[in-house]
Amino acid sequence: MVESFVFAVAAVVIVAGAVGVLVNRNPVHAALSLVATLFGVAVLFVALEANFLAAVQVIVYAGAIVVLFLFVIMLLGVDQSEDLDVEPLIGQRPAAIAIGVVLIIGLTGVVLTSSLTGAPAAHEWVRDGAEVAQIGRLLFTDYVFALEITSLLLLVAVVGAVTLARTIRGETVDLDEPVPVLPGDPVDLIDEDVE
Amino acid sequence: MIVGAVSAHLYLSLSALLFGLGAIGVMVRRNPLVMFMSIELMLNAVNLTFVTFARELDDLAGQVVVLFVLVVAAAEVVVGLGIIVSVLRQRPGATADDASLLRG
Repeated sequence: MVESFVFAVAAVVIVAGAVGVLVNRNPVHAALSLVATLFGVAVLFVALEANFLAAVQVIVYAGAIVVLFLFVIMLLGVDQSEDLDVEPLIGQRPAAIAIGVVLIIGLTGVVLTSSLTGAPAAHEWVRDGAEVAQIGRLLFTDYVFALEITSLLLLVAVVGAVTLARTIRGETVDLDEPVPVLPGDPVDLIDEDVE
Repeated sequence: MIVGAVSAHLYLSLSALLFGLGAIGVMVRRNPLVMFMSIELMLNAVNLTFVTFARELDDLAGQVVVLFVLVVAAAEVVVGLGIIVSVLRQRPGATADDASLLRG
């Protein structure tokens, strides 16, 4: 009974947040709607007995990723409204919505008409309240290779972000400065008005 | 198997709805930042599915996979936002349609 109530409230928050991301013209409002959705998903994680993941969800997603989004929005000053009325391609938006609705109907139909089957778990989940220890044990035994690959991925991401954000000094071109004429340059390409 | 009060079908349906809404967002919106947020919605839908199956099948591997999805999402956001920053620095107010220099 309690779980039904929690599920209903969290589902409403999640769907409202997702719709808010879709329809908000201002990116800052869209980011705040995203926070609502992420919190709703964290609540559902608690209802599904994944307490550790709920904490990680709040810390990593709502705490780090959304703040990163807000940083970029504020840094670039792109918080002006997007004009949702202009259609770049004629018929693209109705087609996209139709495809999305078909996707939702198809996925929901598959979910609702099938019964849950699955192989017995290789590592039974012992519900003794110490799931963090079990997840840690799995991470460092069965999934240790994936864990190492993850560390490599994070390293590559950090290096890539630094490379992308770096501004190369000395190679910026000052547009007001006249281009020096080098011997061998074709003369007719030089703008004579430059003083 | 412990059967929860709320059927797994409901969780999976909500997850399907969230995934579809994210897909619509990616296709409809043109602001690259909002498209990114829609991708996050889709990733969260997948995470919800994994955790639901982890409970239903009594298998903690689903939760471990969600942890990896979180890490990959964080790396993806870092690199993607770096690209968006470097594109928007050159042309402010660019939409996803303007960054079409690589099109064939």
